[in-house]
Amino acid sequence: MASDLWTQKIPAYVDNELPEEEMRAMDSHLRECAACATEALQQLRLKQETKLAGRRYSSSAEFRSRIAQQISAKEPARWRWLWTPALAAALVVLLAAGFLLDRSFEHARQRQLLTELTDLHVANLAASNPVDVVSSDRHTVKPWFQGKLPFSFNLPELTGSTFNLVGGRLTYLDHEPGALLIYDAGAHHISVFIFRDEPEVSRSLSARQSKLEMLNFHIDSWNADGLRYFVVGDANEQSIEELAALLRKP
Amino acid sequence: MWHFCSAAVVRYALHLVAKKQTSDVSFEELAMPLFDSLYNLAAWLSGNTGDAEDLVQETYLKALRGYASFQPGTNFRAWIFRILRNTFLTSRAGLAATRTLALEDEDEQAAPATLDTPESILLGKVDRQAIQAALEKLPVHFREVLLLCDAEEMSYQEISETLSIPMGTVMSRIYRARRALREALQAQQPSAQRTSHG
Repeated sequence: MASDLWTQKIPAYVDNELPEEEMRAMDSHLRECAACATEALQQLRLKQETKLAGRRYSSSAEFRSRIAQQISAKEPARWRWLWTPALAAALVVLLAAGFLLDRSFEHARQRQLLTELTDLHVANLAASNPVDVVSSDRHTVKPWFQGKLPFSFNLPELTGSTFNLVGGRLTYLDHEPGALLIYDAGAHHISVFIFRDEPEVSRSLSARQSKLEMLNFHIDSWNADGLRYFVVGDANEQSIEELAALLRKP
Repeated sequence: MWHFCSAAVVRYALHLVAKKQTSDVSFEELAMPLFDSLYNLAAWLSGNTGDAEDLVQETYLKALRGYASFQPGTNFRAWIFRILRNTFLTSRAGLAATRTLALEDEDEQAAPATLDTPESILLGKVDRQAIQAALEKLPVHFREVLLLCDAEEMSYQEISETLSIPMGTVMSRIYRARRALREALQAQQPSAQRTSHG
């Protein structure tokens, strides 16, 4: 009975397929049991002879190289792993295209904005009444906007500078009401626009420098406290910058 | 937003490329080292060199076409041997060979219940040609399992994958195949057997 159990395990032993413990147990059993040892030896010999006898056929070198040629000529596997980089490259191109398109939209949007602002500036100066509230006193001009605008703003004192406040009026940009203040700088008129800051506007401007130019008009822009300021005029760039710096001061 | 998106996509793409390059081995690199083994089994199964060449060629082309479906990291040898075997079994020669297999009792989980007495064992020097002749006469499912186990030195697990049969069936089939081989050898050499009896 016990012997049968051992015998059953001989083929797996010969094939080296027994778990390590059983392998060791079989080793020691074979040292004691002559019948099992003989059987195991026979099976091992038969296995070895079958191995040698089984490796019987070999192909011609010509056939071998023909197969090698056939599979290396086609090799769709190479295409298979070219796929991923190609896909990745396509995605990158797509993203780059999207990015460029986005930038060009922003650029177009910025041009449109600047065109509108310069138009407003020019049209306003050409009007018979460029300002609705005529005063060089900021304490007169600022309260005039009360109830006319959905926001309030600060006007710094500019006495002592080369800029004189002329007055102000309501203006509109993209259906949004805003304040238009006109300053004189020598013979030049400079318009200062104040609107509520729109994220879209900020986005189209913030990525670029704040000093802009459009048909020889100089434009400076910034945002502060949720408001967007534009200083537009045909005065030289320095004057525009100077006024912008004064207004920016709290 | 765009910066963030494109950076993430580029990073992911690079990761994919790196992963592919480390895990992907070409079909040729995996398949050509097995050429001799595949040819040997093909010749044993089909019985002549012309059919063996056709079988090997078809196996390589099928495997090449199906390589995309091969799961990297799994056993390539078992995979391509399975293709060779299935190609053979569906060939005319294969169908003829398996007609006898259908009659065999496949579920017989036979284990050696009785020990062969030393007298019945072939003790004389075993002639390689005798074994080859005996192997040729074995039913194809015995022949292939012995070739995979002994000549190819596949593990039971690999054989189970190659033949698409459970491990238990692999073991019992190997046992029965060896018994059949021994019987065939004894039948070939009645004189040797008689000598050992005496």
